[in-house]
Amino acid sequence: MTATSQEPATPYPFGVADGLSVHPKLAEVRQNTPVLRIAMPYGGDAWLATRYDDVKMVLADPRFSMAATVGKDVPRPMPNIQTESSILTMDPPEHGRLRKLVAKAFTVRRVEALRPRIQQIIDDLTGTMLTSGSPADLAASVNWPLPITVICEMLGVPLADQGTFRQWTDGLLAIDGDGSKSQVNRRHLQDYLAGLIATHRAEPQDDLLSELITARDVDDRLTEAELVNFSIALLLAGHETTANQTGNFVFLLLANRGLWESLVADPSLVPAAVEELLRFVPLGGGAGFVRIAKEDVVLASGHPIAAGDAIMADMSSANRDESVYPHADQVDFHRPENQHVAFGHGAHHCLGAPLARMEMQMAVTSLVTRVPTLRLAVPAEEVEWKTDRLIRGVRSLPVAW
Amino acid sequence: MTEERWQITVDKGTCIGSAVCVGTAPNRFALNGVTAEPVEAEVDPDEDVLGAAESCPMEAIRVVEIGTGKVLAPEE
Repeated sequence: MTATSQEPATPYPFGVADGLSVHPKLAEVRQNTPVLRIAMPYGGDAWLATRYDDVKMVLADPRFSMAATVGKDVPRPMPNIQTESSILTMDPPEHGRLRKLVAKAFTVRRVEALRPRIQQIIDDLTGTMLTSGSPADLAASVNWPLPITVICEMLGVPLADQGTFRQWTDGLLAIDGDGSKSQVNRRHLQDYLAGLIATHRAEPQDDLLSELITARDVDDRLTEAELVNFSIALLLAGHETTANQTGNFVFLLLANRGLWESLVADPSLVPAAVEELLRFVPLGGGAGFVRIAKEDVVLASGHPIAAGDAIMADMSSANRDESVYPHADQVDFHRPENQHVAFGHGAHHCLGAPLARMEMQMAVTSLVTRVPTLRLAVPAEEVEWKTDRLIRGVRSLPVAW
Repeated sequence: MTEERWQITVDKGTCIGSAVCVGTAPNRFALNGVTAEPVEAEVDPDEDVLGAAESCPMEAIRVVEIGTGKVLAPEE
């Protein structure tokens, strides 16, 4: 990529993602060099936007392209070049063509209609865990099976297959030596979804896969490859993020007992608490996707970005911007304004945000009301974290009550 | 000859400022503070406007055909 700065680039990521902590260098960068020239492990240098207004602009301004990164040797954390287009790498208007095929299923109104079923799933999972007895692994008992069951039912993916497809979705998010693990697992998922699409095509059901097949076969609104890759994106994004983040949230609440007790005392605080935890807890190991400037752009902070330059937006940094959030490094369930960017911003704002929000609110509410004595079964520092994944999460969450 | 026009409104009480509409149809929507608003309240028919309205997670965007009063978005 073109270097428009004479300053030497800073190696990025700054360090390995450690538990739920945000790298201390980020606060210093945000203060002193808010748009930093970084050297990525592969593909050269990029800009890193760290302030709230700049991050929002990079995420939403169509002059920053995701599509321009596909098949290109762009700055990136992993060796393999992303060659397959998906909804995550499309620009408007192409992106909207796919998104609106399923957007209706994920609106607040439609998701709200799922509330009784989701409560039943949570009650069943929690009940099974309580019956099995203390201690238990909350991640395996509730955090993972909850969003997996919900997205399987919405899409029309058999829940019985989770033992196999979870290995592949997990593997797809792996950061390994040469990136081959991620690619191998993507191919497994493509074969698996292609098979499911074939059975749904033969026998349509009342689910999203069948709706997408109709959009393909009857209305020709997407290609067969788009249908397969979009289904993978929905299945994967529909559970990996929510499952990991629910574990992160409960860990943080239990490791900081006062926060947990405040929700036990007043469960009506849970929605505000979930928003604050979304702001505070960094889900990604680092800044997410790289974008390419299609023309010269001046960021909100006044920093110029030249056409062709690569730029990344650090959402967890934006969520800690002290100019937007007083005492940003503290968890505060009583913030008057909390328009965080945990779900992104602009065209790629998380499609599943209303569902994720509701699942996390309901899971936390159920735990604080049904198991108020819940505690970590091991010292907080002994909880093990995944370190080789694109998103953060516990390997297991040992709890007792 | 039809000279159909559409009216766009964004419910500021419902909008959460996700900017999905701004990213989807940047010529038609812009953020004003923490919520979105149409760049022009009355427009010629434009699929991008419907696409943005259909992609709004809050269904905060209403598109009405002026004259007939027909609601084009949100659906139902």
